Parts: sequence; structure tokens; C-alpha cells
Amino acid sequence: MPVMAEVGFPEKEELTFGFIKLTDMAPIAIAYENGYFEEEGLYVTIEAQANWKVLLDGVIDGRLDGAHMLAGQPIAATIGYGTKAHIITPFSMDLNGNAITVSNDIWKKMKPNIAKDSEGKPVHPIKADALKPVVEQFTEAGKPFKMGMVFPVSTHNYELRYWLAAGGIHPGYYAPHKGDTSGQLDAEAFLSVTPPPQMPSTLEAGTIYGYCVGEPWNQQAVFKGIGVPVVTDYEIWKDNPEKVFGITAEFAEKYPNTTIRLTRALIKAAKWLDDNDNANRPAAVKILSQSNYVGADYDVIANSMTGTFEYEKGDKRAVPDFNVFFRYNATYPYYSDAIWYLTQMRRWGQISDDKPDAWYKDIAAKVYRPDIYAKAAQSLIDDKTIDAKHFPDFATETGFKKPQQHFIDDIVYDGSAPNDYLSKFAIGLKQGDKL
Amino acid sequence: MIDKSKVTSFLSLMSQASKALLLPVIGITVFLVIWSIAANSINTSLGKFPGPVAVAGQFGALYQEHNAERVKAEAFYDRQEVRNAARLEADPTYKVKVRAYTGKETFLDQIFTSLITVMSGFILAAAIAIPMGIWMGLSPTLNAALNPIVQIFKPVSPLAWLPLVTMVVSALYMSPDPMVSKSFINSLLTVTLCSLWPMMINTSLGVANIDSDLVNVSRVLRLSPLTHVQKIVLPASIPLIFTGMRLSLGVAWMVLIAAEMLAQNPGLGKFVWDEFQNGSSESLARIMAAVVVIGLIGFLLDRGVLALQRWISWDKSK
Repeated sequence: MPVMAEVGFPEKEELTFGFIKLTDMAPIAIAYENGYFEEEGLYVTIEAQANWKVLLDGVIDGRLDGAHMLAGQPIAATIGYGTKAHIITPFSMDLNGNAITVSNDIWKKMKPNIAKDSEGKPVHPIKADALKPVVEQFTEAGKPFKMGMVFPVSTHNYELRYWLAAGGIHPGYYAPHKGDTSGQLDAEAFLSVTPPPQMPSTLEAGTIYGYCVGEPWNQQAVFKGIGVPVVTDYEIWKDNPEKVFGITAEFAEKYPNTTIRLTRALIKAAKWLDDNDNANRPAAVKILSQSNYVGADYDVIANSMTGTFEYEKGDKRAVPDFNVFFRYNATYPYYSDAIWYLTQMRRWGQISDDKPDAWYKDIAAKVYRPDIYAKAAQSLIDDKTIDAKHFPDFATETGFKKPQQHFIDDIVYDGSAPNDYLSKFAIGLKQGDKL
Repeated sequence: MIDKSKVTSFLSLMSQASKALLLPVIGITVFLVIWSIAANSINTSLGKFPGPVAVAGQFGALYQEHNAERVKAEAFYDRQEVRNAARLEADPTYKVKVRAYTGKETFLDQIFTSLITVMSGFILAAAIAIPMGIWMGLSPTLNAALNPIVQIFKPVSPLAWLPLVTMVVSALYMSPDPMVSKSFINSLLTVTLCSLWPMMINTSLGVANIDSDLVNVSRVLRLSPLTHVQKIVLPASIPLIFTGMRLSLGVAWMVLIAAEMLAQNPGLGKFVWDEFQNGSSESLARIMAAVVVIGLIGFLLDRGVLALQRWISWDKSK
């Protein structure tokens, strides 16, 4: 790669970024609080948004210049599922960070189906097999088994579905070509949308029996004694991509220097969050607990952000990689990550028609922009802010991770063969299927 | 010797004072006691429901946060000055611009934002509704034509207007460097749309029902239409116009808070929603503090219009 010329002055200096109150918005808060945005000559205002839909609309209509987004959002918007708009991402925000929580009552019913270790603690990871008999009881009694996730194209929707399906519970299909976007066709477990911060209270009210959400809303359930996280997404798929930073393609085109500069600031923030084995995490938690960011109590946020996770009350275990912001190239936007989301959209019918493998790659390349990331990273390397060893080798990087293992059902994912991957699932649409 | 009449007048004065002061004090005290007791027995997933003491404590905390934020803002401006100077040196063509502080909006800032928004929306609504109402009152034909539209739009909730307003504003209001923010325009127009109707209806009612003697006087004197409105119509219909304005301002304030909550536009509504989403152990007390402030401001706004009416109206008895 040739030596980059210095990044020019930003074309747009005053920016407004949106976020949802979740700990994984941390890179944005840190880039602001540590002055990384200002170092780039950017004057950023950060605004919490009411829900993922308001946030997405804000970016599309220009009220927001960029936002903390669910990885599925830019992809779905670009292919026109839900709202149609060309949104891109030059920066992946984190790995992992979610969990699935069930109510105390469901936990009590699941517990007999779970193996215990020598200390009498449940053996992790807990599979949905343990939940299946409970769901069957509900179905026999004529009661729908209802669960919550945060958005139809959220990581949480796909993780919850993945976990349920791996345990033989059908989470239902979408059929947008028939106008059915409830995602409950053929369902044994009925999933619906609840905004993240309302999950604990919805669970408490008994409207749903469990949910999949990011932190701190699983630990909040433990603190309040209303639910038990049974599995983290780290155990469903080790080091799965989670949020991205989304901007419109138009923005990136109109303001190229601003785009690179904001990416630089976010990379610096992500690195700070993971530096020296998470040494800065307590300071980060303190910032996140401010009312204008996540706002939950320090202790609740610290539980997951500082390398531990509390399952059943008192059962606190070390999960050093529960939230990864920088190591393992967490911030690099891999095409294979985008393709995984596309496979899940196809698996559950959000993409109603068959697509060739090349289509998956094309869409991924339209949304995920490692080229912008590489420019930002290279300029950081050039001005000696961050050492090159912390980044992928941009000269050889293809954007495809090696076939990934460590899924809860032991299925291997290879981003270069999406249709082949889809054929491996017992539950879900495969090539040739149409509802 | 004690003068009997003095005693009676003293007693009546006392009883007047007790009615004006003592009873409200008793009312508020009883309310606070019931609130404390009730709050103590409500357990939420965010802890106990806040009592008066917890809420009072939050007022102090909110004020301190405001001061802390002001200190941060000053540091921000200092840093900006240095950065702007450096930029100017590197790039002499650069137009130096001082940007407003981008940190969080404190409770006091939010109160201020809400007040500005509600007054702007309300004044815009009044500027449209009062002339329209006068015209409708003077012309039964126009009234018959517009009445169905007014009746249909009047009960529409802000929650229904907001998405429409938001989309229309984002389609029409495009400027790379806008003077006022889109969110302000959105809130303002929603408030205007919801507070137009009571003013329009009451004004037209007031104008239509002017004493026929007054109208006849105007005819006899052959007043020009403008003078007729100025000298006869306006003074006679002022009480109803003001009733409409008070109703509208009440609606406007309620609508604004709802719109701010829904669309996350800056203001007290956003403050409440943010705190609800925070789920911290202090959130409920902070929301309750906001509720008290929202109520107080609503009350003061109403009193403000009443005072304005007394000042303008020639009939001081109403």
C-alpha cells in the first residue's frame, strides 16, 4: 500500500450521532469524552434515540449524521427490507455482548433439564434443548410461548432464533412477499419486538417469558431478581460481530475526509477500551453510567464490561471476552460478517427468494467498506498513533474470515459459500425453498 | 376595652387568610403524606417509588449537574479557541467559527428548550387561528365550510401528527447548515397543529355571538370593516378569545412533552424518556422531579395568559 497523504480537513465539522442506551455504544462515548473527535476537528453531539426504528430513520433523513447500529440494519436497508436506503459501514463496533434471559418461572422449569457440575452449578453453555420441554408444555396448554428481541433485523433476533433452532424449537418464518412481517409463521416460540431498555419491565409484567438483548439489560434482570440469563452470545457463536457504525453512502461520498476522520476517532476509542487487558474498562463504565449515555447504575454496567458475567444470582463467572471492542480485529468490517447476516435473513425468510452466492458477496461489498477503514487505519499507522501490528495486513486482507467454528450447534460457517452453509441447518429455509 | 367591630373584622380577615393560605397548605401537606406512604409501598424493578424527599434530593443533584456541565462547556470553548487558531495557521482561508457546546443538555437547558418551543408553536398557532377565527365568526358561509375540517382535525392526537410532520419537514427543510434544528421545527409544528383548534373555535364563537346591539351601533355609524373589527368585534369577543388561548396553551404544553418523548426532540419530554430508559436507581426520582416541573410550568403558563387577559380586556371583572 502506498504511503497515505495526510488526511485533509473535514468537510463537515459539526456532526450529530445517535445511539441506543446499550454498553456497546462505548466507542462513541469514549471518542467524545477522551477528545478523539475533537482531535480530528470534529464537533460531535451525541443523542440517545428512542428505538432502533427512530434511529434508522434519523440517519436516513439526515437528522443524524451517523449512528450506532445493529449490524443487520445497514444490510437490510440496502437490500430494501423494512426501510430502503443505502447505508454503509466503515467501522464494526464490537464483538459479542448479548445474552438470552428467561423469567424466574421459566428458569425453574428449565433447571431439571440441565446437567450440574461437581459444585452443583449448571453446566454451560445451556442449550435450548433444556427449554424445549417447557415450550411444549405451554403449547399443550394452548398458551403461545412468547419471547422478545429488539428489532426484526437485529443480531438478537438472529441469535435467539439460532439458539432456539439449535435446540429444536422453531422460531417461525417471515414471508414479506405475502405481506407477513411478523416472523411467526410455523413458530413454536413467538418472537416480538421490544426496545432494549424496556425488556426487564416487559419480562416482569409477564408479556414475554424471555428475551435476547445487549447489556446492561441482562444483568439488570439479575440485579432486580426478575430473570436469569441462560446463555451469552459468546457461547452461541464465539466472537460474533455485533454493532456497526452506520452512515449513508451519500454522506461518505460527500464528506470523504470527515468519514475517514470519524473512523480514526472511533478506532482510537475502541483501542483505548481494550488496551492493557481491559485496564481502562472501570473508567469506561464510569462514563457510560452518566445519564446522557447508558445511564444505568455503575455496578450493573460493570458486571459485564469488566470481564465477568453473572448468570443466576450469585453465579458470577469469568467471561473475559464478553465485550470485545478492538482485539481480534473487532473493528474491521469483514464481508464474511455481513454475509452471515444475509444468510440468516434468507434462513428465516426475510429474503424470500433464492440468491446465488455472488449476490451475497455483492451486497456485502456494497454495505461493508473496509476500504474506508483501511485508509483511516493506515493514516493512524503513518502518524504513529497506532502500530501496524494491531490491524489486519491490508495488502493481503480479503475481507473473509477463515471458516469459523465455535457455534453452539457445531456447524462451521464459511462466508464464501453461503448457500452451502444454509443447507446445513435442520430448521430454516434452504436453496430452492419458498414459503 | 376591646372594640367588638375590630374583633369581627380581625376574625373575618383571619378566615379569609385561612381560606387563601391555610387550606392550600393543608391540601399540599396531606398530598405529600399520602404520596410518601404510597411511594413506600410501591416496589418497582428500579427500586422503591420515589417519595417527596428523594425527589427533592434530585432537584439538588440536577442543579449540581448543571453547574458541572457549565464548567465542562467552558473548557470546551477554550480548547476550541486553541484548535481554531491552529487551524487558521495551517489554512489561512479557513473561516473561524465558534461552535456551540456539544455536551449533554442539563435539566435546566431542557426546561429552557421546552419553554422556547412551546411559546414559538403557540404564537404561530395564535397568529393563524385568531384571524381565521374572526373571519369565520364574521362570515357564516366560511364557518359552515370550514367547520367540518376543524371538527375532524381537532381531536387528532400529537402522536398521529408527529410522523407526518417529521417526514414533511425532512423533505422540505433541507439545508446543509440550518439556522434552527429540524427537531425544533418538528416539535414546533406539532404543537401548532394541535393548539390551533381551540383558539379558532372559541374566537369564531365569540365573534359570532356579539351582542346584536353592538353590531347595530356599528351599522348605524357606518364603520369600515377594519374599524368594525377593531372597535366592536375584538373588544367584545376578547373573553372568549382568551378562553380559547388558555385551552390551546394547555394543549400545546401537553402535546409538546408527548412529542418530545416520542421523537426524542430536545426538551423535558426527552429528559423523561431518557431517564426511563436509563433504568438507574435514581431514574424514577428524576422523572418525578420533571413531572413536578412540568406541572408547575403548565400552571404558570395558564396564569400568564390570564394575567395578559386582565391587562388587555376592558372588562376587569372577568
